[in-house]
Amino acid sequence: MICFDLLIGFLKVGLFAFGGAYGAIPLIRDVVLSYGWIDDEMLAYMIAVSESTPGPIMVNLATYVGSSQAGFGGALIATAAVVLPSFVIILLMMILLKKLLKNPYVQAILQGMKPCIIGIILATGIFMILQHCFSSIKELSVNKTAIIMTAILAMIYFGSRRVLKKGLSPIGLIGISAVAGIIVYGFV
Amino acid sequence: MNILIDLFLTFAKIGLFTFGGGYAMIALIENSCAEKKQWITHDEMMNVTVIAESTPGPIAINCATFVGYKQKGLAGAVAATAGMVLPSFCIIFFISVLLDSFLEIAWIAHAFMGIKIAVGILILDAAIKMIKKMQKKPLPLAIMYCAFITMLLIDIFALRVSSITLMLIAAVISLAIYMMESNAGKAGAAK
Repeated sequence: MICFDLLIGFLKVGLFAFGGAYGAIPLIRDVVLSYGWIDDEMLAYMIAVSESTPGPIMVNLATYVGSSQAGFGGALIATAAVVLPSFVIILLMMILLKKLLKNPYVQAILQGMKPCIIGIILATGIFMILQHCFSSIKELSVNKTAIIMTAILAMIYFGSRRVLKKGLSPIGLIGISAVAGIIVYGFV
Repeated sequence: MNILIDLFLTFAKIGLFTFGGGYAMIALIENSCAEKKQWITHDEMMNVTVIAESTPGPIAINCATFVGYKQKGLAGAVAATAGMVLPSFCIIFFISVLLDSFLEIAWIAHAFMGIKIAVGILILDAAIKMIKKMQKKPLPLAIMYCAFITMLLIDIFALRVSSITLMLIAAVISLAIYMMESNAGKAGAAK
């Protein structure tokens, strides 16, 4: 049964993940939380691992979630499921529907979905940050260490663009934050 | 060399050496498939990128499927897509088996507590970049802000509403507005 859930869950992710890698993160978060597969904390860890290893982030996340729930078979099913919709859609467009994307009704639908997913990604990013900074959002209990670390890391990340030409890469930020975590949570 | 094996190996190499996904891969795919192997032209590469942006799924997968199909039909598409996915599949599967025991080591757990904070910043940054590139027209902006506020409330109060539902609502609203506008346009033209 878990394999069937993995299949359906990640087909949905693959079918609605507009807007590249980060577009898939809110959808994957939805699916894994609603089935209770992994929690927010493990998800954040795995996003960092996916960002620091080769390959598309949403494929990496699917492989991880599948493997954590149902071993190798689960990893295989989840990975295939997340890839399948885009595979089929590209084939269909090449074989049958070359002009589909230019259809004004299709364009109107896409024009609605794209800004929507941008809003969803923005909400997910802000919610994740809030979640770390307040141990409980409803009771507004503050986690001072996390707030200070968030502020410093954000300053380093966004500030680096003024100093370096391309700024700090995501992997660079993950590296710095790992060192900061070891120092702050291990020694302070 | 058999073209299927060539497709598989070429995309396996791309899959193994691109970190972070998305646009980093396009440069690499362009370099191997358009310049070295001449499987597709630069123009076609541009077209795939545009199509990839309007279809769901990882851009790298879309490109692999496109190039593979063009070279050798369905079998080629499968070979290229499988090659693209295989390296990261093996790496992540290996990590997933070990991650839990890694996290029991204190300093690695501390490192991940720091990393957790970085991930929030990265997602926020991705959203900001997309907003900067977005069309600054009233309708997309309104949809974006409504989706943002609704999703934030859903997250904070742990409501059981899927983000897919929000996307479908946005699609319906946008389609309805387009149809109303084009009807009004026709009525105006008839007069």
